[in-house]
Amino acid sequence: MSSQGGGEDIARVTDEPLDPAALAAAVRTDASGAIASFVGVVRNQHEGRPVHHLVYEAYPPMAERELARIVLEIRERWEVTRVAMVHRTGRLEIGEASVVILVSAPHRRQALEACAFGIERIKQSVPIWKKEYGDETGEWVIGDPSRR
Amino acid sequence: MTVTVRLFASYRELLGEDELELVFDEGATVGDALDLLKQTYPVLAQQGYSPLTACNLTHVSKRHVLQEGDELAIFPPVSGG
Repeated sequence: MSSQGGGEDIARVTDEPLDPAALAAAVRTDASGAIASFVGVVRNQHEGRPVHHLVYEAYPPMAERELARIVLEIRERWEVTRVAMVHRTGRLEIGEASVVILVSAPHRRQALEACAFGIERIKQSVPIWKKEYGDETGEWVIGDPSRR
Repeated sequence: MTVTVRLFASYRELLGEDELELVFDEGATVGDALDLLKQTYPVLAQQGYSPLTACNLTHVSKRHVLQEGDELAIFPPVSGG
């Protein structure tokens, strides 16, 4: 397998638990001097309201296309070796990972900047929605359309 | 022409449907489709936010012209992450 990256980028939506360590191993190549990661996890409150669990809904074929488009945007802007962007769907409990971004690059600056860019772009354009459950009734979280 | 409409998240729940088939005249736009849905489902227009739209898995504006067989998705502002 080539270690030049590009062909083995990952852009995926899954209802299985995310494994950041396995993804970090997947993005490492012999040309990588740095691996930057972002892991979004479910926390126990949102704007002062208690959160018991979350449910994420996606439009999977479009979400994966948008994730792949963001990977291409990263490759246009930074010299990176490999990128993985994976978002979970379904019911998630407190502490579970909802999204994982891994970027390997020759140097730390590209990896860190590309990783930060990736999570911001996910929140702007990838068709995934979060429903918060405080007790029994859930409430959809509506994104900020001005961020698009 | 016939267009398949996919509904997600709050819109799916508000309309009680996840998929609809709508028939339009040639030249109809995404905005025309939203207007028709708002007439049929007034609740769609009563939210504090506007729907986003995608055609065949790509974000499009209300001016986008629909084609026979298109999959038009209607959803609230995204909130992943």
